[in-house]
Amino acid sequence: MDKQQTQEFIARRVALELQDGDLVNLGIGLPTLVANYVPEGRDVLFQSENGFIGVGPAPTEEQIDPCIANAGAMPVTIVPGGSFFDSAVSFGIIRGGHVDVTVLGALQVAENGDIANYMIPGKMVPGMGGAMDLLNGAKKVIVAMEHTAKGNPKLLKQCTLPLTAVNAVDLIITEMGVIEVTPEGFVLIEQNPDYTLDEIKAATGAPLIISAALKQMA
Amino acid sequence: MDKLIRLEDAVNLVSDGDTVMIGGFLAVGTPERLIDALIAKGTKDLTLICNDTGFVDRGVGKMVVAKMFKKIYASHVGTNKETGRQMLEGETEVVLVPQGTLIEQIRAGGFGLGGVLTKTGLGTEVEKGKQVVEIDGEKFLLEKPMRANVALLFAEKADVRGNLTFHGATRNFNTYMGAAADISIVEAGKVVQLGEMCPDEVVVPGVFVDFVVDGSEL
Repeated sequence: MDKQQTQEFIARRVALELQDGDLVNLGIGLPTLVANYVPEGRDVLFQSENGFIGVGPAPTEEQIDPCIANAGAMPVTIVPGGSFFDSAVSFGIIRGGHVDVTVLGALQVAENGDIANYMIPGKMVPGMGGAMDLLNGAKKVIVAMEHTAKGNPKLLKQCTLPLTAVNAVDLIITEMGVIEVTPEGFVLIEQNPDYTLDEIKAATGAPLIISAALKQMA
Repeated sequence: MDKLIRLEDAVNLVSDGDTVMIGGFLAVGTPERLIDALIAKGTKDLTLICNDTGFVDRGVGKMVVAKMFKKIYASHVGTNKETGRQMLEGETEVVLVPQGTLIEQIRAGGFGLGGVLTKTGLGTEVEKGKQVVEIDGEKFLLEKPMRANVALLFAEKADVRGNLTFHGATRNFNTYMGAAADISIVEAGKVVQLGEMCPDEVVVPGVFVDFVVDGSEL
């Protein structure tokens, strides 16, 4: 798989986690792709933290409205039944536990659920945006990312970069498999058959428990 | 009371060294003409409170490029390379604030509250130097109110008393900053006369608005 295929593969699997009636917030980059793969028949609404619920597909040339953009400044549409609101309401929705699922990328995730995804000191300091609030407030946190960065593990015993939140991550979905964050540590619950268990363990920087009910990655 | 003001008089209300709150989210809902006029005037040593720093050629980012800020409070600066350069080279102090915390600090500043308690940022660098408060056994960070000398805001429509309505995702920080600033100036896409705005449609009551610049005449 090339990079684009890898990202689509991950996004497709993340989308299966979304349940009928869920309110979902997608981070920028790979997570944004998840909206393309929601299983048919599931009524899922997407929140954009800049101020609306009901993010729709990208607009056609004629549909573009400069006042309707997602939190990554990309033009989007709003679906029937959608609503606009300000940032106080938007983050009331987020912190108040009204978002069912948030999907974010990460630089590092630790086996206790700590996550680092907003800065590399001295190099890249974009800021946390709404990520700290989402990680604290969303009912379920899914990290969607490539398993390693240039061959270096991103799943670690402890994060070395500044944390975005502590004990926040519930599920990690990569091109290698699906990993649950449990009190015992990382548990592989689904395996992409393109990779052996030894390959997945070698790409993981913390002990990886293999679930007794291990399934093939959907 | 008619709150209309000419653009050139509006920018004279901002002085060197002021703290300014500027509405908008990645240049959606930003008062671009007020910004252009401030840049033309050459105001300097400002402290900025804004969700982000836009882009080098759009939104508040143009003011970053013009080196008008000595300090910036924002949740995200990653879309503007010049902010990153000024921050890493020590030219401008940048304080990164979680988005949901920033809007609540502004709300508290305008609404007479002594601060807000949030879990966002606990266990991260955001916690440094701040008071952790325990309420019924749960820990929260105390985030203090923010105020500004001047707020520069955008609305789709204003009436002459400063009642505001919005379109799309432009509400973001525009709805609360006026309350938290000594002087608030709104650039309105359109201005209507007294009685031409239905009270039911008002999103921000004119009590939070001191001056209105008619953007349709610019």
